[in-house]
Amino acid sequence: MNNGYIKVGMADYKIGTGDDVLVTLGLGSCVGIVLYDKFKRIAGMAHIMLPSSKEIKNNANKAKFADTALDEMLFEIVKMGALKGRIVAKIAGGAQMFSIATKGLTLNIGQRNVDAVKEKLSELRIPIIAEDTLGNYGRTIEFNCSNGELKIKSVGKGTKVI
Amino acid sequence: MNLTTNSYYLDVLKEVGNIGAGNALTALSQIINKKVDMEVPVIEVIETEKIVNTVETAEMLIVGVYVKFWGDISGNIMLVLDKPSSDHLIKILLGEVSDGDFYSEMELSAIQEIGNILSSSYINSISKLSNLNIQMSVPSVSIDMAGSILSVPAIEYSEVSDRIILIENKILEGENEIVGNLYFMPDIDSFKLLFSNLGVPIDE
Repeated sequence: MNNGYIKVGMADYKIGTGDDVLVTLGLGSCVGIVLYDKFKRIAGMAHIMLPSSKEIKNNANKAKFADTALDEMLFEIVKMGALKGRIVAKIAGGAQMFSIATKGLTLNIGQRNVDAVKEKLSELRIPIIAEDTLGNYGRTIEFNCSNGELKIKSVGKGTKVI
Repeated sequence: MNLTTNSYYLDVLKEVGNIGAGNALTALSQIINKKVDMEVPVIEVIETEKIVNTVETAEMLIVGVYVKFWGDISGNIMLVLDKPSSDHLIKILLGEVSDGDFYSEMELSAIQEIGNILSSSYINSISKLSNLNIQMSVPSVSIDMAGSILSVPAIEYSEVSDRIILIENKILEGENEIVGNLYFMPDIDSFKLLFSNLGVPIDE
């Protein structure tokens, strides 16, 4: 049987079950977060752009921000039958694609995104069991709902599984 | 001031793109000693997260040169070349180009310099035209998937606005061996000053 490929765009999240494969292409400073219940084989993948909805005026799209995206996605997978206490997380991304210093201010949004995701997951008491974050290169990630593997592809660095 | 509904503003932005990119391409054409054309600039007002839709696929390998500018107005300029075009450009400049996905230091600085010349001639012409003081950063180069590179301006814009205004110029070298895009992206707050200095009446 062919796996169902489910594409997760920027500032979006999607839920997969069974043999589904959740994919997000070309993560840069954004962070990809997978929440997963391996017994129920229910997973959600989010592709967040910014750390916090509270710092931004235009925050209608909840999937854009680490805090609101995780709240919503967790709510949905629990609604679908995932057990809160069994959910674990895998995260990837948060790179710094360009190093530009302007007026002495280097704003490393990748790092801020990773920090915000970790803080939110710890607040939700969801353990991070694997991560591949920071650095200066982009990542394509694929999460296989049937075995819980997160495949990470980067240009010139091949593929790894976490 | 509603940029998205007033076609007069969009026409002004097209003209800004014409002048800026026109000057940039003249400079490029002089360095590589080849004729470089551009298409009529496209003004796109899109949701920040849709920026990736401006390229074929988010996974496509591209070379991005990113420059920030600030002063009276601020924003970013990004030159995006597909990898074969960038290879070709380096070959013209240095005589040869290495195989594989990545470049040597020398090749990177050649691409960085191309980005520098394009963006500074673009910015200079806008600065002269509008009588605004604009300074720019050293360009930074990244060779990676389109999605990861274009997410950088998308994220920066997301912090102030849910939409991004792209002034996009497609560039074509005469023999079609160099094809790329030049994006001029002033911050949302910069448009008012830019328009008023260009003598464009602003309805509040």
